[in-house]
Order: sequence, then structure tokens, then C-alpha cells
Amino acid sequence: MPEVVLKLGDDVSTDIIYPGRFMATVLPSETPQYAFADMTEFNARLRKKEIPAGSIIVAGKNFGCGSSREQAASCLKGPNLVVVAKHFARIFLQNSINLGFNTIICPDLEADEGDELDVIDGKLVNLTREKSFEIVPLPKARQAIIDAGGLIPYTRHLLLQTDK
Amino acid sequence: MGMTMVEKILARATGQAAVKAGDVVEPKVDLAMSHENGALVLNQFLEIYKDTGLEARIWDASRVAIIFDHRVPAESSKTATNQKKVREFVGKQGITKFHDIRGDEGGICHQILPENGYVRPGCVVVGTDSHTTSHGALGAFSFGIGATEMASVWALGVVLNVEVPGTIKVVVNGQLPPNVFPKDLILYLIGKISAEGANFKVIEFHGPAIHAMSTSGRLTICNMAVEAGATSGIVPPDAETLRYLKEEAGVSEDVQVFGPDEDALYDQVVEIDAAMLEPQIACPHTVDNVKPVGEIAGTSVQQVVIGSCTNGRLDDIEIAARILQGHKVAKGVRMLVFPASSRIYSQAMKLGYLATLMEAGAVVMNSGCGPCLGVHQGALADGDVGLATTNRNFKGRMGNPNAEVYLCSPAVAAASALTGVITDPREGGKNA
Repeated sequence: MPEVVLKLGDDVSTDIIYPGRFMATVLPSETPQYAFADMTEFNARLRKKEIPAGSIIVAGKNFGCGSSREQAASCLKGPNLVVVAKHFARIFLQNSINLGFNTIICPDLEADEGDELDVIDGKLVNLTREKSFEIVPLPKARQAIIDAGGLIPYTRHLLLQTDK
Repeated sequence: MGMTMVEKILARATGQAAVKAGDVVEPKVDLAMSHENGALVLNQFLEIYKDTGLEARIWDASRVAIIFDHRVPAESSKTATNQKKVREFVGKQGITKFHDIRGDEGGICHQILPENGYVRPGCVVVGTDSHTTSHGALGAFSFGIGATEMASVWALGVVLNVEVPGTIKVVVNGQLPPNVFPKDLILYLIGKISAEGANFKVIEFHGPAIHAMSTSGRLTICNMAVEAGATSGIVPPDAETLRYLKEEAGVSEDVQVFGPDEDALYDQVVEIDAAMLEPQIACPHTVDNVKPVGEIAGTSVQQVVIGSCTNGRLDDIEIAARILQGHKVAKGVRMLVFPASSRIYSQAMKLGYLATLMEAGAVVMNSGCGPCLGVHQGALADGDVGLATTNRNFKGRMGNPNAEVYLCSPAVAAASALTGVITDPREGGKNA
């Protein structure tokens, strides 16, 4: 089962997730190397590919506040991480949905590093503590984009429809 | 039920009589702005068209603006090459609202847009920069989006699946006292409602202090609305808006303006008495960690920065020049000044402000984002304290996670540059 590999507090800014000095690197294929660059230990584990796909970052309120830089979402999508937060800042959440990056809003989650979590019947279950927590659905307005797997395929679909 | 500013704007942009908070709409975009991250937008834009057989063409090149500001002149070959790619794309697509690295028309995107009359009241503006909230100062609904979202806008000319935001009405009664500025007001508000207090909402500014405020000050408060999590800040347009457009932005045609309905429905109303405000400061490492300056006066600073899309306009530089006139920046303090645009740079030069600042020991840098986002031009050393008129003090923001950044008005910054310690401009600012 997926494990919590990093636990963070409230107001984790995009400057923590993807420091501004790496913003000249833009391609989603290249951004993961700088994820949490100033948290050197975690970044080193990511670079060495020691963190399995599907691993979970647990955060507090307002995750991804600050800059609109999409690198902050693409750098976490690259290694296939999942972020569970009490709630997300608007632009980060939209960037995640647009890129098809997996975010879960779970205001009451209790979990520590090392705990195993899974989504079962629409609830987030902490298997280690044998407790389950309500998930707040992602914005309904964005469901069509989520269903399409992201904004690029969704926009492509709309363009091809119009072209017919 | 009446409509708020954002509801009215989105009703017009979607051709409906009325919309209300929570509705899902797809508004037509009047202006779509990007800076260097246009390189990523371009990558995603081409990705949309991949294997479709369709030509990748921007829906309306006259509605796209590209301004290089984040890393100018380029700090690395990588940035220079990205800028080159965007420059070539601009030429190919016929984008005319393009501001390259130039001393006559360059500058920070959030200054270039208003000063060139690109933003009008009632418009829908999107930008691949979180501080796109700034342009609400002119009565537009203006918000930040990511690069992929912008690629979709370039293709379609609409923003897809936008939920009409609710609105917080902020009424600022009375008038700001001497040496208290719009920056102090917005820092106070962010401290009061917190960094997430306006998440997914619009902040609509009202009251006598807003009405009396210059467009420059309104740009400052709308710019930082995002630091309370707001989708946008917005000031209902008035006589000052029309004056600015005509006299400073060179708009000659008639401009239609409207305000919110009297019976508009707000999620929350916040009242502030401007007369009670003191100079404020945001302490490390969150923008809502706000205190009156007096509470931390005396803290030693190593770098003072005046500039950015928040406070790099002519009135900001004038305040700094007035305080520094005839004095010297304290030993051990590096003072950096970044005018927000080439036009402001030139005006400040002609008025003698830049000479005053340089004689005092400040370094006047080229227009651009400068050290605000920690890429180049003025990184902090380990253990340094930076005092800046910019908009963010997150850990690592000014290029070093082992340094601290405090945010304040140009008056606090200038007064502190003279003393070398955080200083209330009402007391220790010499000429203040």
C-alpha cells in the first residue's frame, strides 16, 4: 500500500516545492530533479529514485500557495507522487488538475510518515491506524477536465470537435 | 438579487443577463498575458495540436501580451534560449503587445499592461503569473493561471470551466495618515484575514480611502490580494480610473465603466478604519505574519530592496528619494532600487530621483523583477535579513533558504536603509 513519505505543515509555498532559481527549467520531463530542492535530504531520495511511485505527501492548509509556476505540479507528477492536503491554493490545484496530477483534499486526516494510506469506497483510510477520513471532492466545474486526463487532451478534443 | 463586480463582468463576458457565485462559466478572454514562462505555454500549446492535423494558431494575436521581466537581461544561457524561442513565436504569430528587453518600453508585466492602456475596466484578463490580480486596480477581473491553462486560452480564446467566485467586500473608511501607505493597508488586511482568508474569492475594495487612492496605490493592494489567497482584487472604476487611462495610459477613446449593484450579495464584509493604521511589516516566512513596524524596530538588515510589481512605481521611488535626500545608506547595507518599467525609470531619472538615490549609496538596477523571486540580481547571504517592498517572504524566496525576508512600504524600506535597522518612518527616517 502507498506510504506517507513526507509530512508538511500549513502554507507550503511554491518556493518550497520548486524554488524560483530553477524556473528557467520548464519542461515537465526536466522539472522533477528540483522538487523540494532546498529540502536536500528528500530531494536526494527523489533523485536516487528511492521513493516508490504512488507515495504520499501529507500537508496542512493552503498547499501550493504563492506563484502560478506550473513546475510545482509537474515536478511532483514526474515521480508519480500524490499530495493529500487539508486544502490547496487555487492556482496549484488547477495546475494539478490540468496536468492530471493526483491531489486529494482531506481536511481531517491523521497520518504520520511511514503510515500506509489507501482510498477505499471514496474514503481515505489510514491502514496503519485503522481509521478512515472523508475526502472533499475536487471542484465539480473541473470534472470534465479530470475525466479527460488533463487540460491538453480536453482542449484538443474541443478543437477537433469545432473543426468538424 | 444584484451582482458583484466579478459577477457583472463574467455575465458580460459570457453574454448572459446575470450570473451568480458558484455558476460555472466559460468567459471570453480580453487579454492573455505571459512572461518568460511563455516558453512553457508554447510547449503545452504545441502539445495540444500534436497529431491533430490542425495548424497551431493563437485565437487572436491582438489579445495576447508577452513581456520579458522575470530574468532580464537573461541570467543564463537556458533563459536566453527560452526567450529566443518565445521571441521567434511572437514574430510568427504576429503578437504586437510584445515587450522585449529594452530601455524604452520594457519592464515588469504588471506595470507594462496598465501603463500602455492594455487593461480596461470590465475586461477579463488572465496571466501566467499569480500577481495578475494587480489589474483589478482598473476594474477588470484579472487572475493568475498556469501555463497549460494559458495554452488552452491561446487555442480557444476562453477560460474553460470557471466557477464564478464569491466576493469579500472590504470597506476602508477614513483616510490613511501621513507615512502610512497602500502597502501598509494591504499588509494589515492580509494579517487580519490570513494567507488563505480569501481563497477562491475576489476581494472588492470600497470606501473613502480607496476612492482617494491613486491607481498606483490600487495596483499595490490588488497585486497583493493573492497573498490572502484571492482569485483577484478589484476596485470599482471611478474618476481616478478614467484619469489614469487618459493621462497616463494614453487611452483616447471613450471608456465605459460600471460598479457593482447596490444590492449585490457578498460572502463577507470587512471594515477597516484607515486613520488607525500604522506602518506594517510582514515577518518571515509568511506574508500574513504581519505586525506594526514598531514591534520589531531595531532588527538589523543587510539588504534593502525597493521595486517590483508591488511598489516599483514613480510615487514609490519618489518616497524613497525624499527620505534619502542628503543622507547616506548605512554602512553594511546594500540598497537596490528596481524601477517597475523603463518609462518609470526614465521619469525618475528626469525628476532627479535616481541621482538622489545613487548619491545616497543605492544601486539603481534595470527594470524587471530583480531579486524578488530569487533568480538573480541580489541574492541574500546565509543569515542575511532582507527588507523589501516586494510581495513575498517565503523561505528561500530571495534565493536563499537560510536568509530572512521582511516586507514593507517604500517609506519603511528607505528609513531603514539609512539606519541599518528596521525603522518606523514616522520616527527615525531623518527626512521622513
